[in-house]
Amino acid sequence: MNLLTLTIVLPLLGVLGLVAAPKENTHLIKLIALGSSLVTLVSSLLMLTKYKFGVQGFQLVSSHSWFKVFNINYAVGIDGLALVLILLTTVLVPIVVVGGWNEAENGRWSVKTFYMLILVLETFMVGVFAATDVFLFYVIFEAMLVPVYFLIGGYGRGDRAAAALKFLLYSLFGGLLMLAAVIGLFVVSIHQGPGSFDVTALSHLKISHNTQDWLFLGFFIAFAIKAPLFPFHTWLPGAAKSATPGTSILVLGVLDKVGTYGMIRFCLTLFPEATKTFAPYIIALSLISIIYGAFLAIGQRDLNSLIAFTSISHFGFIVLGIFAMTSQGLTGATLYMVNHGFSTAALFLVGGWMIERRKSTQVEDFGGLQRITPVMAWSFFIAGMSALALPGLSSFVSEFLVLIGTFTRYPAAAIIGTLGIVLAALYILILVQRTLHGPLQPGNEDTPDLNWREKFALAPVIVALVLLGFYPKPAIHVIDPATSQIMAAAQVTDPTPLAGK
Amino acid sequence: MLTTPSLDYNLLAPILIVLGGALLGVFVEGFVGRAYRARIQIIIALVTTATAFCWVISIHNLVSQTAAVDSVSIDGGGLFMQGAILALAFVALLFFTQDDHFAPQASALPGSQEEAAAVLAGVQMTEIYPLVLFAISGMLLFPVAHDLITLFVALEVLSIPLYIITGLARRRRLLSQEAALKYFLLGAYSSAFFLFGGALLYGFSGSLSLAMIRNAAAVPGANHIFLLLGIVLMSVGLLFKVGAVPFHSWTPDVYQGAPTAVTGFMAACTKVAAFGAMFRIFIVGFAAVQNDWRPVFVAISIVTMAGGAIAAISQRDVKRTLAYSSITHAGFLMAGIIALSKAGLTSMMFYLVAYGFATIGAFGIVTLVRDSTGEVNDLNRWAGLAKKSPGVATAFALFLLSFGGIPLTAGFIAKFSIFTAAYASGNIAIVVVGVLSSAIALFFYLRVILIMFFKEPTDDTVTVAIPSFLVTTGITICFVITLVLGVYPNLLFNLANTMTTLVP
Repeated sequence: MNLLTLTIVLPLLGVLGLVAAPKENTHLIKLIALGSSLVTLVSSLLMLTKYKFGVQGFQLVSSHSWFKVFNINYAVGIDGLALVLILLTTVLVPIVVVGGWNEAENGRWSVKTFYMLILVLETFMVGVFAATDVFLFYVIFEAMLVPVYFLIGGYGRGDRAAAALKFLLYSLFGGLLMLAAVIGLFVVSIHQGPGSFDVTALSHLKISHNTQDWLFLGFFIAFAIKAPLFPFHTWLPGAAKSATPGTSILVLGVLDKVGTYGMIRFCLTLFPEATKTFAPYIIALSLISIIYGAFLAIGQRDLNSLIAFTSISHFGFIVLGIFAMTSQGLTGATLYMVNHGFSTAALFLVGGWMIERRKSTQVEDFGGLQRITPVMAWSFFIAGMSALALPGLSSFVSEFLVLIGTFTRYPAAAIIGTLGIVLAALYILILVQRTLHGPLQPGNEDTPDLNWREKFALAPVIVALVLLGFYPKPAIHVIDPATSQIMAAAQVTDPTPLAGK
Repeated sequence: MLTTPSLDYNLLAPILIVLGGALLGVFVEGFVGRAYRARIQIIIALVTTATAFCWVISIHNLVSQTAAVDSVSIDGGGLFMQGAILALAFVALLFFTQDDHFAPQASALPGSQEEAAAVLAGVQMTEIYPLVLFAISGMLLFPVAHDLITLFVALEVLSIPLYIITGLARRRRLLSQEAALKYFLLGAYSSAFFLFGGALLYGFSGSLSLAMIRNAAAVPGANHIFLLLGIVLMSVGLLFKVGAVPFHSWTPDVYQGAPTAVTGFMAACTKVAAFGAMFRIFIVGFAAVQNDWRPVFVAISIVTMAGGAIAAISQRDVKRTLAYSSITHAGFLMAGIIALSKAGLTSMMFYLVAYGFATIGAFGIVTLVRDSTGEVNDLNRWAGLAKKSPGVATAFALFLLSFGGIPLTAGFIAKFSIFTAAYASGNIAIVVVGVLSSAIALFFYLRVILIMFFKEPTDDTVTVAIPSFLVTTGITICFVITLVLGVYPNLLFNLANTMTTLVP
């Protein structure tokens, strides 16, 4: 079996193992879940040995006929873009399992169901990045919402059912618009030869300008809801507030990346003309996201919503980098997706542990944690610094690349975007000050520090943040060929630097 | 000189078998003791439909125009519909077997002493089974009928038994009888429209045969006024049967009033028969004047999709919700006719099967959710059902997701293919309204899931009856088909794709 397909299927084998496990033995269930996610990680790392670096195009491809009448295939393959996101996924899932070891205990359903949902979700997440058939992508894009719906609604806090429903309705609405566009794309391909859903074949289609615009919008709105981009973001804070930390990490760290990934993979390469038409508007939206998300983050009192709003700001940067359509911008945006995954994971992990200990999500209930729980406080501090893109931590590299990439084409946008960095410093430093420093809030006196399991879960994230901050070259080396190929497909070249200006 | 008409019994056998089974059932009513009737009737009904289904399979690649003196055309399209009706009916009949769906004595007034006596005697109307078989025979004839008289006869044969069994619910009998009367009166009107339309078409073409009508319509420069009037009136009759807006108002009442097992049967099988007939009539008879009727159909399809979805939002009764959802689906299915292409027919066939099994399964589950007085249809009382019986709630959720067209269910493939057919034929408006209506429709499907899974059970939450073996089998069949056709649609789609022949 193809190594990529194996990576997709492995979590499902874990699900089978879970089905066989007795419901009461939660320890065994967690071990099975952890084991299968670790095996999946190993399998995805093995892909690196087969992957030819510096080569363009999809690798480790495999294709089997699935739905013959419409020429739909189970077609998977990875390029640099997909590879880094798959690795992000397979690294984060075991971390989520270890980090949120007890988060399923108070759910509506059993612990067993929780880990079954997590593993099914992992299959979908790897599959969605690996799919090279638009139909397959769409199917997974929609199907992956179902486990998330049950994860939020079944194991979350507060008004979890409403948050889950809102999340699902938003996403499905976008998905249906995308379905219309997928159908439209297929019909165009029928008119120009044998109908196909293969993303490479589709990128060679000649689509009239008007049609491109509509199809582009169908895809883009779906991805903008997923990403989430202003004004399609309103589902996110509720979902983040209600979900367990583990679910939040997967939703914000990986699932939302499907939106930005889709913009690059489909919007840019399939509809180059329309991309150029809409790019200025989208850049405006992304700037609004950056600033608006940051301002709302400053005003939040709820720790989870605060992290969610910082993400809206960061997704603004990612979209800005994508639609600046320069190679630095695109590479930076892709790298940003990975870095944001890790930095959000760190924030939600430590934030989740703080909430678990304090039994409150309100920022003002914390305070003075630095003195009693130094390790936890330092971890949160590092996670925060990575969110504000401190040089030396990974987010800095990507944010810098995005801004440079944007500046060469849209200088004004880059300057406005830079404001986002300043605001980021504000919301993170205020948060750090209120939670970690200052007088000890009553009720926090006996807070225990991180235990070994938690340190063990967090360590890889911190290592990734620091490593990618100081030495991002390997990641960029993987992403670069994909970026140049996408630039070629999108029919854009980097603007020539204006000498002497 | 008198020539004997040629009847090709081999090709008509599925219809005749079912009719024979129905007649046998009538005899059983007359000659078998009450204690054994129900058991014998269900065996007859199941064996009959199964035999007829096997017969359809054995003749599935035959084509004939002259099976019954030119009035029945046997071809791939017709046989697929027949097979679908029989398969759906077989599964639907499994849900009839629970012994408390039907009125003990239909002739006794609700609440009267006679009724109480009949309840005490523990009897139940077993005439249901022959009536259902009669209805099935009409349904089998409807999509293969090739002339106007046969069409009308088939329409009546399928409708009249349905009017009767609608009124036979054991509980809430007044509601049931009201629904039956409403269904009968409106149905009679729509049949009259259908018949009048047929008369005008005969006046236009001088023939009852669809082929002759097509030939007459294709003559350039002819005066089409009677043709168009005939099409309009005939469409009223057909659109009534499928429950398209604005001829839909009976649907919620009848779905709610009829015994739930019957509702499932009616919703699934009538749709197959009516859409099968509609496709044949419009593609064989009226394709020449498609520019005249197509825009109207586009408009009706759009208001049906949107109207059903919007009206469903405020429903609190699970049967009414499913009724409005069936209206929405009628709108989606019309997209297949409007596409007027082979792809349209293929996807419509697939859609009918996918929708049919999900519908029968969903109504089958509704029959199980009860309190001490009988079925509970109030959605608010379904709260927390998943906690009490996760299996039933999961199955119901899957059927709802299939109605909503979520990937990896049969409903998604159906929706995708029918929208593709409509888009490819240039009807992009239908696709756009279709996806928007789907989004609205999803809201109420998801709300039901939310109520079942995420609401805490209250004190008066209902119980789920322990299903009998046959009922469990029925739900399992529907569940597996809905899932398998969603994951591996080739199984049915390739078959449908090869069975799109329609004799001219």
